[in-house]
Amino acid sequence: MKQKSYLKRPNRGQCVVAVLCLMFILQMVAGISVAQAATGDDTGQPTETSVSETGIWAMKRWSPYWVGIGIGILSWIAFVLSDKPIGVSTAYAQTSGMIEKVLQGPQVETKAYYREYVPEISWTWMLVVGLVAGAFVSAMTSGDFRLQWVPPLWESKFGYSPVLRWAAAFSGGVVLGVGARWADGCTSGHGISGTLQLIVSSWIAAICFFVGGVVIAHIIY
Amino acid sequence: MLEKVHSKRPLQLLLGMAIGFCFGFLLQKGGVTRYDVIMGQLLLQDWTVVKVILTAILTGMIGIYLLSIPGLARLHTWSGSFGSTVIGGLIFGIGFAILGYCPGTLAGAAGQGSLNALIGGVPGMVIGAGIYAAIYPKLVDRVLKLGEFDKETIPQMLGVTPWPVIALVTLVILVILGILELTGA
Repeated sequence: MKQKSYLKRPNRGQCVVAVLCLMFILQMVAGISVAQAATGDDTGQPTETSVSETGIWAMKRWSPYWVGIGIGILSWIAFVLSDKPIGVSTAYAQTSGMIEKVLQGPQVETKAYYREYVPEISWTWMLVVGLVAGAFVSAMTSGDFRLQWVPPLWESKFGYSPVLRWAAAFSGGVVLGVGARWADGCTSGHGISGTLQLIVSSWIAAICFFVGGVVIAHIIY
Repeated sequence: MLEKVHSKRPLQLLLGMAIGFCFGFLLQKGGVTRYDVIMGQLLLQDWTVVKVILTAILTGMIGIYLLSIPGLARLHTWSGSFGSTVIGGLIFGIGFAILGYCPGTLAGAAGQGSLNALIGGVPGMVIGAGIYAAIYPKLVDRVLKLGEFDKETIPQMLGVTPWPVIALVTLVILVILGILELTGA
């Protein structure tokens, strides 16, 4: 993404208010998650494993609030240590550029789009490699890893139809790939990293992602 | 600050991977790498995705703006336009619902063994990004610059400091999460 940076220094009073807000939120989230741990009804999944027995790493699901806080903190780390907002979709464009380079030779890099998004192993590209590995380890440690062609919800509507599901996933992927680059970001780059910086285009993009998605989902189901 | 760390390329690639690892781990633990959870959100039946995103925005927003005071974090803002953000965003939404994953959760789904993501969605997305690179020269002047937004951030648009906006966004997010909790969604 083409980025500019800007910095505004707030006064001391505003800082104090912000810190108090943060403490209040953490307090509230902690309260909610304790209440949910007690009732165990958060995800609708049976909570046969309790925290004390097997530890949090073996749990299949964490509270969405703890996951959200974790991702928020991860964005702090990315900004401080790498001076970068977390994003994902650039990596797909770089992958496609690198494949084109193998097939057609180095002149691919002179294409207008690849001059802006150089097809190379970048920070974002490595982030996606790590993402796959992180999801794999999370699924393995909780016994949630399973090779699955057809998701249960799809099966309940369209039956066990691996070919049809593959066709939908592939064509949906193509449309998503075009849309993510057209909008210059995805649910991570716009939906989290852009919105949290209060970027106008990111809030609009995130709303469009969901509006488009909700309409089509209701047509499909 | 920390420019020395930022300029070391091998270290940065390693950091990118480590951050990605934690990101993928969290997405999988949140359940949002599952097709059923994402489609449940788009069908407005399962609000897990919204809870994760809004909590991440809240935590990230307050932290990043506080970290920017001593200069530990530098904001990276960008502009947009109707032609890019709205049209592209709606195309994204269509693909999002047909595939049932977004780009990040697609990668996570591949890692947890969802073969429709690994063998269907991932190559589809790579090809889609390639198609976009091919049509980009035709779009750049005619479509992408259509209705450019004149301000990059909401505080700039309103002509205020970020702090009142942060307070308002915090309040709105807490109210939405509160309603979701009270209605048992």
